[in-house]
Amino acid sequence: MEITVNNNKVITKAKNLEELALELNLPKKGVAIAVEKKMVPNMEWTTTPIKEGVSIIIIKAVCGG
Amino acid sequence: MDLNAEERYSRQILLSEIGKEGQKKLADAKVLIVGVGGLGSPIALYLAGAGVGTIGVVDDDVVSVTNLHRQVLYDEHQIGQSKAICACERLQNMNSSITVCAYQERLSAENARRLISEYDIVVDGTDNFAVRYIISDTCKLLGKTYVYGAICGLEGQVAVLNKGKATYRTLFPNETETMAMPHPGKQVVGVTPAVVGSVEASQVLQLICGYGNPLIDKLWTIDLNTLQSFVIDL
Repeated sequence: MEITVNNNKVITKAKNLEELALELNLPKKGVAIAVEKKMVPNMEWTTTPIKEGVSIIIIKAVCGG
Repeated sequence: MDLNAEERYSRQILLSEIGKEGQKKLADAKVLIVGVGGLGSPIALYLAGAGVGTIGVVDDDVVSVTNLHRQVLYDEHQIGQSKAICACERLQNMNSSITVCAYQERLSAENARRLISEYDIVVDGTDNFAVRYIISDTCKLLGKTYVYGAICGLEGQVAVLNKGKATYRTLFPNETETMAMPHPGKQVVGVTPAVVGSVEASQVLQLICGYGNPLIDKLWTIDLNTLQSFVIDL
């Protein structure tokens, strides 16, 4: 199915956020995911389904100043 | 020099969002800036310029030559000198009608309560995860607002925490995991903290004067490579 990740179109087979994170090779630490502009806590990734056309935003942890 | 306040702030008083009432609120406000480096420089300069009545600057570091491309509070003659003291002098030279307090110390679990309790809003100019957890936890304890900001390379983010329900722990729930992440490196271009620090200062002005829609329980992100920007609900 087709979704958008940070405004880019992506074809995915992932059924949930956890599978998507693996498919996109995201680092295991320091990454947050928002679905339809709402942050989804890491512990809910496996139970958050991916639907056709959904907008995903990936946010990296940054700490500089 | 005795400058007339109405004349000094006339250009921003003209804004309906600020006006004379907002200017009075700014004069009465107390804002603590933790870290006066890349982010802290624009934050401090714009808040002092806007007439925030009491500004505290916390930093235990000294000015180094590698700071000068982005830490616009300082100049070559100040290399080796205390950032908190230099920042305080610069801000007082810019605006002698406000009070600026310099704290030459590193914010820690031991001194956070003492430093933060004197202020209404804490603004983030720090450069590590550990101090951000301390700021957020202390602000929650004392009922203070935490304007969070952080950068890396050409990317940055800002949020208003501890005002609604979101805290720094909403952003990064697992402190052990966050602290275990490898340091991302020191690469940065000066305009990144300029943009992100200015947005933090803007959030502070909005919160004090009560205009617009500040980023309460929201995270703003910017990528200066593409100018791609998002606002996410926390």
